[in-house]
Amino acid sequence: MQWNNWNDFLHMGGYAVYVWGSFGACALGMLLEPWLLKRRRHAILARLSGQENVQ
Amino acid sequence: MKSQHAAPFILAIRRDLLLAARHKTEIVTALFFFVIVVNLLPLGIGPDADLLRKIAPGALWIGALLATLLGLQRLFAPDHADGTLEQMALSPQSFTLLVAGKIVAHWLVSGLPVVLIAPVLGLQFDLPGRSLGLLMLSLLLGTPILSLIGAVGAALTLGVRGGGALLSLLILPLYIPALIFGAGAVEADLAGLGAEGHLSLLGAVLVVSLFFAPWASTLALRVALE
Amino acid sequence: MSHSLVNWFKYASPASFYPLAGRLIPYFASAAAVLGAIGLWIGLLFAPTDAQQGEGYRIIFVHVPASWMSMFVYCIMAFWSALGLAFKTRLSGMMTAALAPTGALFAFLSLWTGALWGKPMWGAWWVWDARLTSQLILFFLYLGFIALQSAIDDPRRADKAGALLALVGVINVPIIYFSVQWWNTLHQGASVSMTKAPSMAHTMLAGMLVMALAFWAYTIAIALMRVRCIMLERELSSEWVKRNATE
Repeated sequence: MQWNNWNDFLHMGGYAVYVWGSFGACALGMLLEPWLLKRRRHAILARLSGQENVQ
Repeated sequence: MKSQHAAPFILAIRRDLLLAARHKTEIVTALFFFVIVVNLLPLGIGPDADLLRKIAPGALWIGALLATLLGLQRLFAPDHADGTLEQMALSPQSFTLLVAGKIVAHWLVSGLPVVLIAPVLGLQFDLPGRSLGLLMLSLLLGTPILSLIGAVGAALTLGVRGGGALLSLLILPLYIPALIFGAGAVEADLAGLGAEGHLSLLGAVLVVSLFFAPWASTLALRVALE
Repeated sequence: MSHSLVNWFKYASPASFYPLAGRLIPYFASAAAVLGAIGLWIGLLFAPTDAQQGEGYRIIFVHVPASWMSMFVYCIMAFWSALGLAFKTRLSGMMTAALAPTGALFAFLSLWTGALWGKPMWGAWWVWDARLTSQLILFFLYLGFIALQSAIDDPRRADKAGALLALVGVINVPIIYFSVQWWNTLHQGASVSMTKAPSMAHTMLAGMLVMALAFWAYTIAIALMRVRCIMLERELSSEWVKRNATE
C-alpha cells in the first residue's frame, strides 16, 4: 500500500485535479453509458407492452 | 476495341461538362469562394509579409478543400433527382466507368480552375516564383484526390437528411493526408528542404484513391439506389 | 467443419442471437467490474510512485486502455463491416452500429485524460503531438460514422453505408497516422516530444493490462446490451420480439 492516510490518497502528491479528473471522467462515462442503455431498453419494453394492451 | 470500353467514361465526362457549361455560375461561384476565403486570411491575421509567406501553402490548400466541398453535393444529386442515375446503374455499360467519368468531370470543373488561379493568390502572399510552380504542382496532384474521396462521401450521403453538413463531417478528416503532403511540399521547399518526398507521397495517395474511390463510390451509389 | 459453420450462421439471425447475447451480458459485465476493481486497486493503491512524474503518472491506468480500446473498436467495426458486405448478414450491421458509440466514448476519454496528463507534464492542455492528433482524427471518424448512421432512416441502407464508411476509414487510418507523423517531424520546433512512458515496473504493467482487460469486458457487455436494443427497435413488430419481450 502506497498511502499512509486518506488525505494523502486524495491529494495524489499535488496531482489531485488531474488524476481524479481523469479517473472521474472515465467512471462517469462508463457508468452513464450502461444507465442510458438500461433506460433505452425499458422505453422499448414499455412500448412493446403498450402495443399488446392495444391488441 | 479499347475505345469501346472507355466509351461510357468519355460519355459521362462530356455530358457533365456540357451540363456544367450550361450552369456557368456554379463554377464561377466555387472559384470566387476559393478566392475570397483565401483573401480573408490576411485580413484576419495582418499584412506581415513574412508571416503570410509562411501560412500561404496551408491557407491556399484549405481554401481548395472548402471550394471542392461546395461542388461535391451536386455531383450526384441532380442526376439522382431526375432518375438519370438509376438508369445509369441499370444500363449495360459499366457503372463504375460512368461514375469515374463523373468524378473526372467534377475535377475539371472545380479542381482545375483552383490549380490555375492558385499562383495569382500565391503572389498576394508574396510567395517566390519557384514556390508558385510547386504550389501548382502540389494542387495538380492533390485536387484529384479531393474529388475522388469526396465522391465516396457524396455517394454515401446522397438523398440523406442534412447531406451537406454531413458530407463535410465525413470527408474532411479523410482529406488530412492530402492536406499535409500537399501544403507540406510547398512549406518544405520554402524552408530549403526538398519537396520530392512530399510530392511522391501525395502521388501515392492519388494512386490509392484512384484505385479505391471510383469503386467505393459505385458501391455506395448502389446502396443509395436500392 | 460444416457443422460449426451451420452453428455460426444460426447465431447470425437476430432471433437466435438476442437470447444468446442476453445470457452473455452478465458474465462480461461482472468480469468488467471485477477486473476494473483489481486494476484500480493495483493502479491507485499498490503501484509505486513514479520517480519522474510523481503521482501524476497514475493517469496512465485509464489513458492507455482507453486509447487502445478506441483503436481496437474501430478495427472490430471494420471487421464486422467487411463481414456484413461479404455475407449480407443483418447481425454485422447491428454490431457495427452497437460498437460505434462506445468507441467514440473511448476516443473522447483518451483525449480528455491525455489533456489532463499533458497539462502537468508538458505545461499545456494540448500539444500537436502525432499521437494526440491522430487520436483526435479518429474521434472525428467515429462522429462521422455515427452522424451518417443516424441521418439515414432505412436501417438496411444505414448499415451498408456505415459499413462502407468504416472500411474507407480503416484504409485511411494508417495513412492518416503516417501523414500526421510526417507532418510532426517536419515541424520539429512547434511540438513537444512525448515524454517517454515511465520505465515500466512490473506492477505498473500488470495494472495497465488488467485495466485494459476490464475495458475489453466492458466494451463487449455494452455492445451486447446495445445490439439487443437495436434488434428490438428494428424488429418491433416481428413475432420473436413479442415472445422475448417478457424475458
